[in-house]
Amino acid sequence: MAKVSFREDRCKGCGLCVSVCPKKILQLDKNRLNSKGYHPVYCADQASCIGCTFCAVQCPDSVITVEK
Amino acid sequence: MAKRVLMKGNEVIAEAAIRAGCRSYFGYPITPQTELMHYMAKSMVKAGGTFVQAESEVAAINMVYGAAAAGGRALTSSSSPGISLKQEGISYIAGAELPAVVVNIMRAGPGLGGIQTSQGDYFQATKGGGHGDYRNIVVAPASIQELYELTVESFNMADRYRMLVMILGDGTLGQMMEPVQFRDKEPIEKTDKSWAASGRCGRAEHNTITSIYIEPDDLEAKNNALQAKYELVARNETRFETFNIDGAEIVFTAFGTTSRICKNVIRQAAALGIKVGMVRPITLWPFPSEEIARVAGLDSVKAFFDVELNAGQMVEDVRLAVNGRKPVYFHGRMGGNMPTQKEILDKLVAIHKGEVR
Amino acid sequence: MAIVFEKTKGLTDKPLHYCPGCTHGIAHRIIAEVMCEIDILENTIGVSPVGCAYNNYEYFSCDMVQAAHGRAPAVATGIKRTVPDKYVFTYQGDGDLASIGTAEIVHAAARGEKICVFFINNTIYGMTSGQMAPTTLVGQVTTTSPFGRDADTQGYPINVSELLAPLTGAKYIERVALNNFKNIQQAKKAIAKAFRVQKAGLGFSMVEFLSTCSTNWGKEPVESLRWLEENMIPQYPLGVFKGKDLEV
Repeated sequence: MAKVSFREDRCKGCGLCVSVCPKKILQLDKNRLNSKGYHPVYCADQASCIGCTFCAVQCPDSVITVEK
Repeated sequence: MAKRVLMKGNEVIAEAAIRAGCRSYFGYPITPQTELMHYMAKSMVKAGGTFVQAESEVAAINMVYGAAAAGGRALTSSSSPGISLKQEGISYIAGAELPAVVVNIMRAGPGLGGIQTSQGDYFQATKGGGHGDYRNIVVAPASIQELYELTVESFNMADRYRMLVMILGDGTLGQMMEPVQFRDKEPIEKTDKSWAASGRCGRAEHNTITSIYIEPDDLEAKNNALQAKYELVARNETRFETFNIDGAEIVFTAFGTTSRICKNVIRQAAALGIKVGMVRPITLWPFPSEEIARVAGLDSVKAFFDVELNAGQMVEDVRLAVNGRKPVYFHGRMGGNMPTQKEILDKLVAIHKGEVR
Repeated sequence: MAIVFEKTKGLTDKPLHYCPGCTHGIAHRIIAEVMCEIDILENTIGVSPVGCAYNNYEYFSCDMVQAAHGRAPAVATGIKRTVPDKYVFTYQGDGDLASIGTAEIVHAAARGEKICVFFINNTIYGMTSGQMAPTTLVGQVTTTSPFGRDADTQGYPINVSELLAPLTGAKYIERVALNNFKNIQQAKKAIAKAFRVQKAGLGFSMVEFLSTCSTNWGKEPVESLRWLEENMIPQYPLGVFKGKDLEV
């Protein structure tokens, strides 16, 4: 099992992590804005996370922490 | 090497720098200072320091910036057109508050100009040359002995104030040879360089060397701090020589080797019964305005006579300091020519007779 | 559960000012990660450029020196010659390194300066709002090639890695890309190798990172990664151009 957590106030809603996730479980939350005014990332299906770290490696802002 | 040696000016600067603890030299060949670089190519390497013939004067000043940022004593030298190339780097060094020494052995300009002596870079050295509100300490030696001593002191002043010190020599000074008496040991000031970017090595914070402050309030505060520093330097480091001021009717103002010609004219004038003195600025920045103002206030003094190897540069600062109290006359030669004692004396006599407007 | 990925200590906690999706952030992070992983952070000095990354002295945790535009290799030379036992790297964009800094990079490489150069190639000038760079592709639209780069009047892009490779003083040169996981991991290996080359005192090393500039390309970040793959890699092939078989 694996888990991703996000430093939401650092997310710029660039969507790179969403595009590289092999399990397609990351989304930008279009319903709200973070303190920077971006749609922040969230994990829509934590149970399916395989802890591959593709998202964290592609993130330019060190938003994502991955545990396994 | 505590003996008396006959040495060329360019070489004395190199020897003095190494004796002052300078262990980095970055340069590029340009007449009439190249002997300095040749001397460094051998001596700096023998001293275990860094010698790099850089790809340009631009690269060389940026290597000085890096070496100074890492806490070293660094030197570069050039002549007028090359100093023009260095102006960006000089402004950066001032903004980043790095200690550095830059030597300009002046040749005639503007443009490619000529290779013979000049004092045409006074404006460039003292009024900027580079962009922004900054000052460099500028020293103008007039003899090879003074060149040696001021070079050593330049490194101390640079470290003391985290400033750039420019050694401004006319081409003659770089090329001429005179006896130098070296000291057994140089007075090298040890300064705290814990601000340097030399590797964190366990330091609590990382050090940054920069000159950019993007917020206007931050940059203004930085500039105000620089100005305060410059005021301190002006109070502590203004240097000049006065000669024969007591009872003088006409007072020469001159710097570098031109001052030596004027000194001879003073003796010739005395023989004609004309009392002449001289104020010789040794620091061109900070400029000895107070001393010149004091001399301007003396009753005996009727006029100032400024002599330079340019179209009239330091004379503007003389006029500012004199502040209209007495007339200031000027005689200049350019293109690499030097005035003869005769032509200066002839003009001095004419000034004395009131024949010059 | 154990942490398998977290923010590196090689970066400060200051939020990056770069545009959303800008690969500067990835480049910064992996350089910082490598410095920590090979335990050189305390003994490294980096040189910041002029460009979008001008203030990366605020982001890296090691000692940093900000340099005039294009002069970073000369500044790095001054630093490395003064503290030769420390690691010195420069971080430069395409204007800084390949335009105004052409003389400095060529000569630092020719002299074999024992520094690592990290060159961010995104085919455009970012900070000054999108002008043509020496690395801009023929036909690419920028603010100074608004009709597409015209080879006849505006010339051809410079492949910097290939340009420097023939210089004897250049010991290791590799071009990498930041557009996917595999390429980013290879980029990290290249950074580590570059630092090993410096440690061995062999000479000059450079890693060229193919990067994106969403804002000035006028593309979304994800689309920008695709554009990099489809358009930049054909012009700037990935791989080692010097020092492939170096034993470090």
